[in-house]
Amino acid sequence: MKITDITELKNIANNIRIGIIEEVYAGKSGHPGGSLSCADILTVLYFNQMNINPEEPKSPARDRFVLSKGHASPALYSTLAERGYFDKKELLTFRGIDSILQGHPDMKHIPGVDMSTGSLGQGLSAANGMAMSSKLNGDGFRVYCLLGDGEIEEGQIWEAAMSAAHYKLDNLCVIVDNNNLQIDGEITEVMSSYPINLKFESFGFNVINVDGHNIEELIDAFNKAKTVKGKPTAIIAKTVKGKGVSFMENQVGWHGKAPNEEQYNCAIKELGGK
Amino acid sequence: MDISNKIATRESYGKKLVELGKVNKDIVVLDADLAAATKTELFKKEFPERFFDMGIAEQDMLGTAAGMATCGKIPYASTFAVFAAGRGYDQIRNSICYPKLNVKICATHAGISVGEDGATHQMLEDISLMRSLPNMTVLSVSDDTQTKWAVEEICKINGPVYLRLGRLASPIIYDENQKFEIGKGIQIGAGTDATVIATGLMVSEAIKAMEELKEKGINIRVVDIHTIKPIDKELIVKCAKETKRIITIEDHSIIGGLGSAVCEVLAEEYPTKVTRLGMKDTFGKSGKAEKLLEYFGLSKDGIIKELMS
Repeated sequence: MKITDITELKNIANNIRIGIIEEVYAGKSGHPGGSLSCADILTVLYFNQMNINPEEPKSPARDRFVLSKGHASPALYSTLAERGYFDKKELLTFRGIDSILQGHPDMKHIPGVDMSTGSLGQGLSAANGMAMSSKLNGDGFRVYCLLGDGEIEEGQIWEAAMSAAHYKLDNLCVIVDNNNLQIDGEITEVMSSYPINLKFESFGFNVINVDGHNIEELIDAFNKAKTVKGKPTAIIAKTVKGKGVSFMENQVGWHGKAPNEEQYNCAIKELGGK
Repeated sequence: MDISNKIATRESYGKKLVELGKVNKDIVVLDADLAAATKTELFKKEFPERFFDMGIAEQDMLGTAAGMATCGKIPYASTFAVFAAGRGYDQIRNSICYPKLNVKICATHAGISVGEDGATHQMLEDISLMRSLPNMTVLSVSDDTQTKWAVEEICKINGPVYLRLGRLASPIIYDENQKFEIGKGIQIGAGTDATVIATGLMVSEAIKAMEELKEKGINIRVVDIHTIKPIDKELIVKCAKETKRIITIEDHSIIGGLGSAVCEVLAEEYPTKVTRLGMKDTFGKSGKAEKLLEYFGLSKDGIIKELMS
């Protein structure tokens, strides 16, 4: 399944956003801000780009996705449900004691999750390992890894960035969800990771800057990344934290907080749900 | 035991890895700029395409190994114990143990027997850190024969393994016919005056002590605990019942290591007084390995002194 119609992809992204709100509201816990900011990126990956099949979530030849910013699990789960990996009803069990949907992605129990993540800074190394395996076996699959702009303050990210370029992982595509906010405030105030593009460039990446909410730009960037040989690509996606829900947009307070009933109803209404 | 024939367990590891690489093509080896010291350079020479030097970046090395394991590879990741279990603890915990990935962490240069490099390089807490992790199997091997068995055997476990190896050459204890089993300790001798439960480098010291004490009319037995986790409860309880004293000895902190593991078993199964020999809540220091072991009582003489007191 490869959806190319932009309107259809936008509708899917909207559904994923509704799912995010449903999860966090039902679980009374979770991270809506950074989930909403990466919904369009995940839409393009799972509905337009990646070679995957929900019927065979462990197929060795599939493309891989690592959500290194694991706290955006509501976005990943909503995307996987939308793509058919499991029933959307599961989303309402998010973070519950009997749920498969753990607070942070758990590859052992959630169909479609390729790597367990949560402790920030670790996903890119795992993605590199997958990309290296792909090259070693000649499997040819691609690996995508989504990082947060706060997450890249972790030193391990730069160890991994060095490795990705050293091993010429042109089958690896990193996306930075650059929503400019982390828990304690703006990236620039807490611990600036800027200039993100120049950092990745100097580490040996092919860098593409995009508007992370522009579906066409995202598709174009992922397509370009596939043509680059001999180096990995980093797509720096400028995004808005909380994108799609007016009162959550650009508000650091919505990093890791669940909406109350009134806020939930308001958010769902804005997104055109129910 | 052949005292004249000594080989470091890291050497045995490096050699066996090459043999294993010949028969199992899924095996990949990662190192963090210490291939010459950990002896993974032997594998590198034989299978350059399956060897990955990750540079001085242990956290990345462990995470990369985890990623490879998700794709069906069997990574053996090596560096010094202090950098594997210490520097890479969170990566081992979250990227390897939580998803139960098939990564073999083979850490060399454990304990004060590292010698001259001193405290920063002498890992004394790795058994403690590694055995508290769910899904982890922890091995600490005592000689060449046992190491070669372990390197091959851990490949059959589908999950994370921590294999503790040493820098110092140590006597060959076991002949080729010796049977080993994960989770089963080995009783050497049958004396009833005391049991010395040892692991790694300390097993040969315990055997030397046993032989010397025999001449003094004191009959002890030695238990080699090569698998720290899962530990051989049955054998430990049996020895506590059959002998007058229990002494543990390890080139590791007495907090959280073999001694603690033995105490946990006995406290629950057969309350017994235990004397723990090891590093007593202190860092090591520089010096010749043999002198350091003597200085901190991690030797045949340390055991004899304790038993005669």
